[in-house]
Amino acid sequence: MGSEHQYIELFQQNRALLAQSPQVIDRLRDTSYENFCRMGFPTTKAERYRYTNVAESFSPDYGVNLKRVAFPLNPYEIFRCDVPNLSTSLYFVANDQFYERELPKASLPEGVIVGSLARAAAERPDLISKYYGRQAQSGEDAITALNSMLVQDGLFVYVPKNVVLERPLQIVNVLRADVDLMANRRVLVVLEEGASAQLLVCDHAMDERSFLVTQVVEAFVGENAHLEFYELEETHALCRRFSNMFVRQEANSTGTFDNISLSCGLTHNLADIVLDGENAEVHVNGCVVADGNQHVDNNTLIDHRSPACSSNELYKYVLDGNAVGAFAGRILVRKGAQKTVSQETNANLCATRTARMFTQPMLEIYADDVKCSHGSTVGQLNDAALFYMRQRGIPESEARLLLKFAFVGEVIDSIRLAPLRDRLHYLTEKRFRGELGKCAGCRTNQNCGL
Amino acid sequence: MLEIRDLHASIGGKEILKGVNLTVGEGEIHALMGQNGAGKSTLSNVIVGHPAYEVTQGSIRWQGKDLLALSPEERAHEGIFLSFQQPVEIPGVSMINFMRAALNAKRKYFGQEPLAAADFLKLMREKRKIVELDSKLANRSVNEGFSGGEKKRNEIFQMAMLEPALSILDETDSGLDVDALRIVAEGFNKLRTPKSSAIVITHYQRLLDYLKPDVVHVLIDGRIVKTGGPELAHEIEEKGFDWIKSEQ
Repeated sequence: MGSEHQYIELFQQNRALLAQSPQVIDRLRDTSYENFCRMGFPTTKAERYRYTNVAESFSPDYGVNLKRVAFPLNPYEIFRCDVPNLSTSLYFVANDQFYERELPKASLPEGVIVGSLARAAAERPDLISKYYGRQAQSGEDAITALNSMLVQDGLFVYVPKNVVLERPLQIVNVLRADVDLMANRRVLVVLEEGASAQLLVCDHAMDERSFLVTQVVEAFVGENAHLEFYELEETHALCRRFSNMFVRQEANSTGTFDNISLSCGLTHNLADIVLDGENAEVHVNGCVVADGNQHVDNNTLIDHRSPACSSNELYKYVLDGNAVGAFAGRILVRKGAQKTVSQETNANLCATRTARMFTQPMLEIYADDVKCSHGSTVGQLNDAALFYMRQRGIPESEARLLLKFAFVGEVIDSIRLAPLRDRLHYLTEKRFRGELGKCAGCRTNQNCGL
Repeated sequence: MLEIRDLHASIGGKEILKGVNLTVGEGEIHALMGQNGAGKSTLSNVIVGHPAYEVTQGSIRWQGKDLLALSPEERAHEGIFLSFQQPVEIPGVSMINFMRAALNAKRKYFGQEPLAAADFLKLMREKRKIVELDSKLANRSVNEGFSGGEKKRNEIFQMAMLEPALSILDETDSGLDVDALRIVAEGFNKLRTPKSSAIVITHYQRLLDYLKPDVVHVLIDGRIVKTGGPELAHEIEEKGFDWIKSEQ
């Protein structure tokens, strides 16, 4: 074993410290540890990590804040995460700790919980244990196992039966440290029958340090419930992110899971969505803008387990410089999942000769009455369009920018939250212009736009 | 004034233009006729600076400047406009953003401030009327889903917006029905000023009936072999090109 060793040691040496977590969280640690030891980090031979070198990302020596030392941070003073015209209930997660201090009371409907996962696990163990670690199986994925053995906190969102959250929830994940840091974050989202919520999660890094993040998201969308989950990453070249999302949707539910990577170092996002009830509908969209030596790998599985469900997946990448992009999307239509409607598209633009894209759409069908399609393209900017624009006087650089912007526009246009859509149009344009400047609070010179 | 001298140009190593000489004066309309493959489109592409074509010999001067030294966008700013034979569809780029970028780039080139949003939209509305372009089309992506006729009208609309000093119409009449041809031709005529010139590439007399060229040239195998008045176009319409070839 190579890079695994330091995590095994870390766990062994700090087992007692980790045991201070609420029992619901702690009781999964030992099995997860065993699973992690057994599996080790996936190599590029592992189907879902073919394009990302995991062990290399985990080999540097990162600090892990197991003692829960509070970093000096007042996100409200130094950080303005702002989507104009979008009124949200705003929360912060600093590294892997929900930020509890000086929170103005957001007025949420009766019974709704938005807050620290650890706190909820202590106060409502019955509720948490019903969902925690159910969809995310540590026996199947080493990152999930590692996260489950080390995680101490994160975010919990609970919307009870038939409650509709009118105002979107905005969660800002802030990476903040004076040393190179590893954060293990957990997100649990539960929408009971008939509930409805919109979540916007933004990832930022405030210090020019190396950050390594493992994140496990579990989302349960009950019957007739509606969840929109938007993730936006705007970190920097020294950040490595391994995020595993596990979603289960019940009958007649709708889900939207959008993932937008505007800047990062290395990102591997894995998403497993199980449609487990008739007439469930899911939209999975992604947009990646990468340059320099960025590496963005999205790996999705949409599992049609019930009849008459629909899934629609669209991922678009624009790669510049030496960026590497990967997309693998598997649609699995199980036996009995008749009347499935599924469409999967991955379109990519390599704007330089040195950018590389790996794409692998997969469709596996075991039912005989379905309507499914999948496809992918990798191409360059359209020369005829470029010349047409230049003939009209548009400078070549501007013409290139307009074409790239138009290319990802399709993904952004599909976002239903209008103010977010406008903001993302603005941010991606700035990103392409290289103007995604530093925001007031950032101590880095890296890109950071919100 | 455009002065082309002994112009040789090739694409992919194949020489297409083999010594073109052409002078277009201020306010003049020149028709350029010739069979398929004679080099008409190559000539227009070379004038606007298409990167696929290589000029191997000769010169082009435009209003005293060495045109070949300028980038395609600079040539556009200097007043040269090509109405494309096959206008390109650009999904995701709206006509409004496209035109605004083009117009403001030109203004910047001449040291002017960008046009205010309200003024720009007003200008769009005015110019649209010249070619009877539907406002819906103006809000769509560039040429996307436009019919053949709409694409050609859109070319003339862009010409109206940019007010070029030299317009090159490359088979703007191809694929147009009689009504669309009239709209396009009348639109073009409305935009004419005593200073604006044009090179009109066409196979047919009917566009020239509207545009009334001052001079007609015949291009054969990369050279202008015959130049005459408007009557030359009629003769070609009647007799084809073979008699000119046999004169050579």
